[in-house]
Amino acid sequence: MSQLAFRRSGSTHVLPGFGLSMGISVLFISLVLLLPLTGLFGQLAGLSFAEYWAIITEGRVVASYMVTIGAAAVAALVNAVFGLLLAWVLVRYEFPGRRLLDALMDLPFALPTAVAGITLATMYASSGWMGRLLEPLGFQVAYTWVGIALAMAFTSIPFVVRTVQPVLEDLPAEVDEAAMTLGATDGVGFRRVILPHIWPALVTGTGLAFVRSLGEFGAIIFIAGNMPYETEITALMIFVKLQEYDYVGASAIASVVLFVSLTLLLVINIWQGRFIRRLHGGKG
Amino acid sequence: MSIRLQNIAKHFGNTQALEPINLDIHQGELVGLLGPSGSGKTTLLRIIAGLENPDLATQSGKILFGDRDVTNVHVRDRRIGFVFQHYALFHHMSVYDNVAFGLTVLSRKRRPSSGEIRARVHRLLEMVKLEHLANRYPAQLSGGQQQRVSLARALAVEPEVLLLDEPFGALDAKVRQELRRWLRHLHDEFNFTSVFVTHDQEEALELSDRVVVMSDGRIEQIDTPDELYREPKNRFVFEFLGDVNHLEGKVTNGVLTCGDAYWHVDLPDGHQELLLRPHEVRLTEQPTSESHLPVTITAISPVGAEVRVELEADWLAQPWLATVRHTDFEHMALRRGQRLYAHPRHWRRFPETESKTAEQSRVA
Repeated sequence: MSQLAFRRSGSTHVLPGFGLSMGISVLFISLVLLLPLTGLFGQLAGLSFAEYWAIITEGRVVASYMVTIGAAAVAALVNAVFGLLLAWVLVRYEFPGRRLLDALMDLPFALPTAVAGITLATMYASSGWMGRLLEPLGFQVAYTWVGIALAMAFTSIPFVVRTVQPVLEDLPAEVDEAAMTLGATDGVGFRRVILPHIWPALVTGTGLAFVRSLGEFGAIIFIAGNMPYETEITALMIFVKLQEYDYVGASAIASVVLFVSLTLLLVINIWQGRFIRRLHGGKG
Repeated sequence: MSIRLQNIAKHFGNTQALEPINLDIHQGELVGLLGPSGSGKTTLLRIIAGLENPDLATQSGKILFGDRDVTNVHVRDRRIGFVFQHYALFHHMSVYDNVAFGLTVLSRKRRPSSGEIRARVHRLLEMVKLEHLANRYPAQLSGGQQQRVSLARALAVEPEVLLLDEPFGALDAKVRQELRRWLRHLHDEFNFTSVFVTHDQEEALELSDRVVVMSDGRIEQIDTPDELYREPKNRFVFEFLGDVNHLEGKVTNGVLTCGDAYWHVDLPDGHQELLLRPHEVRLTEQPTSESHLPVTITAISPVGAEVRVELEADWLAQPWLATVRHTDFEHMALRRGQRLYAHPRHWRRFPETESKTAEQSRVA
């Protein structure tokens, strides 16, 4: 009887290889993701809540949260606008060099972040060729939070472009045309027909860009100037603690970043799931 | 609203999608644009809609709706309704919002009050028999229902011209039939001018007041379905409008021979190709002194008003199709593999050289 039940449950998967592929996936996730995370929380086990609280609410650390979140938010919003524009241009128009631009989109992913950081820092420093132009105008980019936001925007723009692009490609030109034949102006058509369609992808992409920016380190530290209370990012605080061999302190701060990132990802996922169910005929 | 196209041409890059075309569509007419894919029929429809611009090089090119020159008028100002093959509904909006869209995007001055919009949308949904689904989303509807929503949406702005791009192409046969009848009904009731694109000759002949047959960016013939079927102007039209049997052979002294088959026919000497419709082929068990065209039955399909019989022979390059009445079919006790003799009742000839004009048609 139990054997029968087992065989029946075993045959629910028509595609072969479920056991093996699922097993390897779980193993991989455990080794690469869960084990280090467990280690992180293991570090924290030695702390009392009061000690933990003291570490994560220390003035310099809190200031770093503000800098990081503020700059990441600005970077994410800038990316939302320009990423959407880039995706739009890549999908909707044919022009020479389109494929090249498309390939360039992945550069921030492929480029070592330290390389990006050094490049940005030398470019925007007061002696760099962008800095030389901007400084007389009163814009100081390097060693301010603007520089931090710039570095964050640079490293995270592919998230927006690459999430919006396929959704935009899926939207048939006919839908656009239908809006036009019904008398909608370009602006109204975009706002009421195209934007709602790509909205979930845009929010997801922006969210991912934001989360990525929260943890970015290499690209930022060179351009940030790293002045305590002003241009120190949270990732740097973790690094500083590590250099002082304060592994527990580093883990405590890291756990805050981790918590914020995970919560945000979870919220985005749930929200997007709802929206997509509606598009595909759910009741939502 | 009548539609008049004057000297409209279209190139995509180096390929000519439309040769300069003139076309007059009368007020209240239902016209079908019929042709194989790549014949330019969809391009023509999209040019009428304003979704595609005709070539600018041909300065004389003009599109008139009634007396209004709309050549340079944007699609949104042409007051047309357009129905797309794949419905192109707004998936994030309910059925109600889809239909209301055209009214809600009107400028504040011209927009009806919200109460009136509601009343109008409900009237339209009632007309397409979808009132009970007003709050559903497009993805929850069947293809036929979605196309009806798309029609209601197009009609909401009270267009003077309704344009449909293969409106029933993506639907199954039964729904297609139903929607055809329903479109005809709607057209007669509201008396707008409609143009639809199709590659299905049956659909074009059944639905249209007049059919425009197109191939290779040219208009081959414009006529009523009846005229078109009985008096095709050229070989393309004849072949496109139904099944065709080819009989090719050499004529010497009034006898056409083709392998071991021969047939007495009144034609000049030389190579000749004759075309026959399936119902123009008679089948007998014995040859006559006039004709000796031996064939073998390879398939029988008894579905429909007549039995369709497929015939093969050594002297035929392609199998023939013949239709037989059910009573004759039973009387002759036809079966697969049976050897019979074919007799053309009627045939046509479109000599290559004068293919555009000359057509010969004889009763044998």
